[in-house]
Amino acid sequence: MELNNSKAKRITWWQKNQVKISPWIFLAPGLIFFSIYVIAPIFVSIGISFYQWDGLSPSIYVGLQNYIELLDDEYFYISLWNNLKWLIFFMLAVPIGLGLAIFLNQIVFGIRLIKSLFFFPFVISQVVIGLIFTWFYQPNYGVIAPFLNFIGLEGFSILANENTATYGIIFAGLYPQIAYCLILYLTGLNNINPEQIEAGRMDGAKGFHLFWNIVLPQLRHATFLAIVVTVIGALRSFDMVAIMTQGGPYGYSNVLAYYMFEQALSEYGYRMGYGSAIATVLFTIMMFYILFFIYRMYRNEREDNN
Amino acid sequence: MFPTPIHQRPIVNQYVYKIFLPISLIIWLIPIFGILMTSIRGLGDITAGNMWGTPSEFLLFSNLYDVFTNTPMIKYTLNSFKVTIPTMLGAVALSCMTGFALANYKFKTNLIIFFIFIAGNFVPFQILMIPVRDLTFKIGLYNTITGLVLFHVAFQTGFCTLFMRNFIKALPQELIEAARMDGASEFRIFWKIILPLTRPAIAALCVLIFTFIWNDYFWATVLIQGDHAMPITAGLKSLNGQWITAYHLLSTGSIVAAIPPVIMFFLMQKHFIAGLTLGATKG
Repeated sequence: MELNNSKAKRITWWQKNQVKISPWIFLAPGLIFFSIYVIAPIFVSIGISFYQWDGLSPSIYVGLQNYIELLDDEYFYISLWNNLKWLIFFMLAVPIGLGLAIFLNQIVFGIRLIKSLFFFPFVISQVVIGLIFTWFYQPNYGVIAPFLNFIGLEGFSILANENTATYGIIFAGLYPQIAYCLILYLTGLNNINPEQIEAGRMDGAKGFHLFWNIVLPQLRHATFLAIVVTVIGALRSFDMVAIMTQGGPYGYSNVLAYYMFEQALSEYGYRMGYGSAIATVLFTIMMFYILFFIYRMYRNEREDNN
Repeated sequence: MFPTPIHQRPIVNQYVYKIFLPISLIIWLIPIFGILMTSIRGLGDITAGNMWGTPSEFLLFSNLYDVFTNTPMIKYTLNSFKVTIPTMLGAVALSCMTGFALANYKFKTNLIIFFIFIAGNFVPFQILMIPVRDLTFKIGLYNTITGLVLFHVAFQTGFCTLFMRNFIKALPQELIEAARMDGASEFRIFWKIILPLTRPAIAALCVLIFTFIWNDYFWATVLIQGDHAMPITAGLKSLNGQWITAYHLLSTGSIVAAIPPVIMFFLMQKHFIAGLTLGATKG
């Protein structure tokens, strides 16, 4: 009798609280995993940036020493400057993607296949894209060699020249990124409200005017996403640099992401503390964009709830 | 529709468009034609600088044979599958649950947890690199496929949660309310009502995760060192060092590496694009 009673009680307790407890049961595995592998490491890395550590012997606390050293590090500035170039020129993917999307947003024979063929550089590994373009740029065997000869730059190596290497890599990086923006914009154009366009046309809006005042505002969401993914792509640029130049010549095509790796985990040394300091700088830059993105999502959430 | 449909335009414009369309496609695909053409050449053409002319020999199969027998390419490809498929399943399973929890229940920290998943998904890999590598060492999984999979699952859970949560949130709430009224347990609601409805989202996530993980290079270099566990991206990079000017082999290898995600893309294109534009926040 008593046993039955307590069992009944337990069931009611569970029934009563099930809605309160369930979310935590569903969240637990993912949240724990994510905290261990993604959230905690951020703080650990920031912590390591105050130490001198080679990954094996005991670490030594050095305070801000790593950051002070960064301020005097010529290669750090080169990388930072290159990151800025990436941010600016990688952005070309957005308008080019938009232009292509408008060009391809037609209904003609075979357009579906043509669109797919335009998308698919995006699904190919950056390693492969990097290898292709490295070979394109080869001064003697490369694809553009005849062109270079024509303009009188025989034997000129884009990736071996300190002034052109970064642009060469960014150009290669644009290839899949344009495809990405194209996908976003084509979907955006698809979701545009045709009535507004027609109304605009009735009012005599045409060409650029129609595009700027009626179409572009409706593509706001696509533009936002395209900018976000392009900024993140620019700041994350690692694969292309690793494949195409490894930061060379003499660090002139380095970016923070690759420089950090080079300092912390390559034949150049195992300076975990210094590497972490570089990573922390990169993280801080990225944090601005992350917070901006989250702020926007937060605003949308509130609008949804009201 | 914007721009004006081409068939409403003057006939001249229509012809110009129809001529420019294939031309632009050809220009766009030059890099792809480049590797395709090179993969059928022999060393003779390469050293002679014959990159765009007619191949003097058709050696695709011989190149494929070379790549597969003289290098660990088969091993690399298998490794890539061994990393990609479990990651896909793991991340989707975890995020179905987290997404359901965040979409379906109101509790104080709901939005904060959601934003933590989103923010984590955007951080630069370098800020995670040293601690993750260290952790993987400590649990004895450095240089193993399992070690790489565990990290990928955890990291992808961020993006997948964003995606699933938004998808489930857009489902009709009445379904859940009605089931609750009927006395269905929360687990039953998740299993019997929500999961079947999320099928399209799961499909979209699977294609996206497959592509992202297949193409991952950074973590493969940080967590893997030997050929035994190396996925194809990192493998290709290390072969690149050995081949130096053997562009015909390099091209063949690149094509092998690119084929699985390309096939996946063409088969599942609808899901792929839906995925990118719904969650759409992946670098």
